[in-house]
Amino acid sequence: MTLDNDTSINGSKEARELLRRPPSALYRWLGDRIFAVVVVMLGVSIIALAAGMAIVLYGEGSAALRQFGFLGFVSGTTWDPAVQLVFGAFPFLFGTVVTSVAALLISFFPAIAVAIFTAEYAPRWLAAIIDNLIQLIAAVPSVVIGIWGIFVLAPWMRDNVYLPIFTWAEASHPALLPILGNPMGYGMATATIVLSLMIVPYTTALTKDAIKSVPVEQREASRALGATKWEVIRMAVLPYARGGILAGAILSLGRAIGETMAVAMLIGNKNTLPFSIFGAGATMPSVIVNEFREAVETLHLSSLMAVGFTLFVIALIVNLAAAYLTRKFSIKGGQVV
Amino acid sequence: MNLIQSITSKVPTLPLFATSESRQASGAAEVKTSTGTNTAPGTGKAENKMRMETHDLSVHYGSTMGVRNVSLPIYDKQVLALIGPSGCGKTTYLRALNRMHDLTRGARVTGSVMLDGKNIYDSEINPVIIRRRIGMVFQKPTPFPTMSIYDNVVAGLKLVGIRKRNVLDEVCERALKQAALFDEVKDRLNSPGSSLSGGQQQRLSIARALAVDPEVMLMDEPTSSLDPQSTNRIEDLIHELKKQVTIVIVTHNMQQAARVSDKTAFFYVGDLIEYGPTNSLFTKPKEKRTEEYITGQFG
Repeated sequence: MTLDNDTSINGSKEARELLRRPPSALYRWLGDRIFAVVVVMLGVSIIALAAGMAIVLYGEGSAALRQFGFLGFVSGTTWDPAVQLVFGAFPFLFGTVVTSVAALLISFFPAIAVAIFTAEYAPRWLAAIIDNLIQLIAAVPSVVIGIWGIFVLAPWMRDNVYLPIFTWAEASHPALLPILGNPMGYGMATATIVLSLMIVPYTTALTKDAIKSVPVEQREASRALGATKWEVIRMAVLPYARGGILAGAILSLGRAIGETMAVAMLIGNKNTLPFSIFGAGATMPSVIVNEFREAVETLHLSSLMAVGFTLFVIALIVNLAAAYLTRKFSIKGGQVV
Repeated sequence: MNLIQSITSKVPTLPLFATSESRQASGAAEVKTSTGTNTAPGTGKAENKMRMETHDLSVHYGSTMGVRNVSLPIYDKQVLALIGPSGCGKTTYLRALNRMHDLTRGARVTGSVMLDGKNIYDSEINPVIIRRRIGMVFQKPTPFPTMSIYDNVVAGLKLVGIRKRNVLDEVCERALKQAALFDEVKDRLNSPGSSLSGGQQQRLSIARALAVDPEVMLMDEPTSSLDPQSTNRIEDLIHELKKQVTIVIVTHNMQQAARVSDKTAFFYVGDLIEYGPTNSLFTKPKEKRTEEYITGQFG
């Protein structure tokens, strides 16, 4: 076969000439420059935005932080905006940490079980339905969940869970009563339960992503050793996915820490320690949303800003921890070849 | 079984079995476990008994046909090589031999696969048990990355509930020796399996498959992701292993098929075109397509 000069592998002469044409000035200079400038500016503005928020929060809160010192502020147990004008954020820090961690502990295993079920066991149509329902939970505005909590969950929990436990403790273990607290329905326990419901979608979705990204070779290798379906999951899937699962859990914790509306509606809003299991409490977001309108004193407003700043720092730490743990526990490459 | 003994007892008799063709000259000179003892295909001893057999085996994926009506015998303690161009059903056929298609959505297997006279697709047969008897090594090395070398090797034993440390230790050492990996890793059994090189990882995968003492070993292009030196080691290993297990190997590399196998089957577009002793298939193929393929005219 002889090759015609005009129709070589690159097709016609015309096509060849177009391919050899030097790139236009616009293409080489302007387009590239503009694109680079836009991208860099947008990227930098995100950093600036985050830094600016931190700076403003710190600046506005600095009056309170100066007055009590940062450590004194986060460890102070008295929050009295009315008489003494003393502000210590420890009750809210405590409430935030306890409700979020407890919510994560409650939701973690169910969420992982749901993820395993939808990723590995459920037929496709059922998995699709469950996935959509879970996403729906994430899409419901938290104020709606809050109002459901106020009118449905809290009374139900009070009548069917808290009161029976309380009366049992009253009769046989009176020493437990201060720990249990007043079972009015609005308190730490209800807020924690609602929080755990609200973070299930995040843990589930991220766990499912992690499970789905386990290479099929890993599954087949364990199958070929005679593993049953569950053994494949235990031996090959979950260990491989552990980084993603851990990241999902920590990011869910971040969601729980920052959740405001539903918690403020359900936690009972009591600003003084001691908190009890059924009794009222408060978290950092809930105290901010409850008091910012009434904060007439400069120091009060500044203290709320300082609470916001503390929350910002905690969120930052949680996200950094998630990034670090993901990197540490993720499988890099897995099969090195 | 004691591998070292079986090798040393074989060494003096080696020249009797070795043929000049299709073998590396170095094989007989070395005495270490990793070298081939090079029993020539079908020469020097009586034909082994049949271990597995497929009858009219077909695999469909949805509406497309992966493999069509393949009937093949697989002889005990021999190596059967499956060759052919990409996408012609070799791997599909191989995976039907230990019911790996059970896991693929939409895959359907018809016909029968007999293991010691029993159809492994019978409804009362548990595929988990079948996969313990018929081990598999994949194209990519697949160590479990979160497990140590030791835990990787004994993973299959732990699945059946063996927890006794001394049993695990013994099997681990035996399997690693069989896979010619023991000397390289004996001092670091607790480091992660993924810390090994690619060739070592593949031998680790082989050791892991051997640890559960399978009767048949399926290998799906076990050297395609490895460098030539690691490939040589695995090929030597196959020569050793076939004294104890029956091996079916898929390979793209015809020289490899010629070097390691006793029987060869040539697949083309889902059909078994030709099957026969490796020597005769490569020297005087009966089918025109086989000849074209092995002489490099297509594929």
